[in-house]
Amino acid sequence: MNVQIRDIQAADPAAGSRMAIADGDIHPARKSDRELFPWLAKRWQDELAGIGQRYRQPYQSGPAYPKSQPNAARRDAVPPGGGKPGCDLPFMQRQHLDPNNVALGILNPLGAGQGLQNPDFCAAMCAAVNEWQIAHWTSQDSRLKGSIVVSYEDAPAAVAEIRKWAGNPNFVQVMMLSRTGEPMGNRRYWPIYEAAAEAGLPLGVHAFGYGGHPITSGGYPTYYIEEMTGHAQCCQSGLTSLVIEGVFARTPALKLVMIEAGFAWAPSLAWRLDKTWKTLKQETPHLTRAPSEYIRDHVWWTTQPMEEPEPREHLLDTIGWIGWDRLIFATDYPHWDFDDPATALPLRISKEQRQGFFLDNAKRVYGVA
Amino acid sequence: MSRHVVAAARDIPPGGRKLVTVRGRPIAVFNLGGAYYGLLNRCPHQGGSLCEGVLTGLLQAPRPGEYVYSRKGEILRCPWHGWEFDIRTGQSYCDPERIRTRAYPVEVAAGQTVVEGPYVAETIAVTVEEDYVVVDV
Ligand code: FES
Repeated sequence: MNVQIRDIQAADPAAGSRMAIADGDIHPARKSDRELFPWLAKRWQDELAGIGQRYRQPYQSGPAYPKSQPNAARRDAVPPGGGKPGCDLPFMQRQHLDPNNVALGILNPLGAGQGLQNPDFCAAMCAAVNEWQIAHWTSQDSRLKGSIVVSYEDAPAAVAEIRKWAGNPNFVQVMMLSRTGEPMGNRRYWPIYEAAAEAGLPLGVHAFGYGGHPITSGGYPTYYIEEMTGHAQCCQSGLTSLVIEGVFARTPALKLVMIEAGFAWAPSLAWRLDKTWKTLKQETPHLTRAPSEYIRDHVWWTTQPMEEPEPREHLLDTIGWIGWDRLIFATDYPHWDFDDPATALPLRISKEQRQGFFLDNAKRVYGVA
Repeated sequence: MSRHVVAAARDIPPGGRKLVTVRGRPIAVFNLGGAYYGLLNRCPHQGGSLCEGVLTGLLQAPRPGEYVYSRKGEILRCPWHGWEFDIRTGQSYCDPERIRTRAYPVEVAAGQTVVEGPYVAETIAVTVEEDYVVVDV
């Protein structure tokens, strides 16, 4: 047992002079599931309290892999009053939003019912979590914007949820998890993409989820580090499917934000797709442009957890290939693999690049002034 | 280098830790079974506050499937991304040749000596009866 003697750290005096940033990935948590009860029918309250969330995955008693730190969170993010990291807005403001000068924070709720095996429970949880984001977060701090979580395995229910909130300024994107039951470009999901585009909202795909498949295409790996790395593989197949099935070709207004999937793999995926597309054009005549062009025009990338190549300058090439207008800085607060805006990009870049990377790209894609 | 009185010894009991600031530097002071260690409180990776980290041991595997656990309580894991540091030297385990956090010598001095000096005790009121934790910076 470590005896903790903590001095309360005073507010950071440099905060006021720091540049304003956007954070494309903040995870708000619930103090308890009861916070959702006002918006859940009694039947689902009982299910949540008595049985809990049962996902479409093996290892039902918890996450499939050990998460490095308890609740996958920074050890210093446990609120002083207790509860899960991320459940206490004043503490989040004190520890993260204020000192890091976050001007726009995108909420991506996890444990929000997405991926539940029971489709009705899934839709009920998503609906409740959307209400909860407004009541507990976006109405309490105008810097925070919500994501409409939807039951994406049940497209009609997801579309209804998107239409319900379309135009509501508390929400700036539609959110899915990357591990879907079928590859993401599959037709069963198309109505969701159309509804997001129709509502003028980007689709945020956050790495993780419960599709019932192993995280790698080779089967279940042994270690958490393989799951962490597997998120990139999973998002590569998701993005490939979206491009190749023609989702962007048929829904030109769709914007996609890949969240927490890594980004350095994007150029090589695009190169490989382009090369193969040229040789196999007859197979996918619905693709009128090269795959890389759909990716360049439709996809944005949150940065965390940022690749850390040696020498770090390799990142400059990589981001140049993707486009400096396409990266959205994100911290993943309060999770353990948090990126700190002051130290995460130790590179000399131009003022315009910095401004886009840390703030303006996010404002543009999310339509926030 | 000057010697700074940062706490009364009984304020950092065995197993305890305290974050102090000496000459503008945040330093995490640990008491491991009566021996004191000080580390700069900024993780060299992205600046995580090491004072919030868990003290653990060194887990090594000479070959897959064989585990050796040693140095119990002497390895500090950064509270953010889990880089590990030797609490005695500040040396990292992920890249020991190149990455370390600065370690500061810490010792206990009797109140009598502290009163006589030459110690800096800006924020601590010192009496001859007490023992004090002293950091060299
Ligand atoms: S800041 Fe300490 S491991 Fe990253």
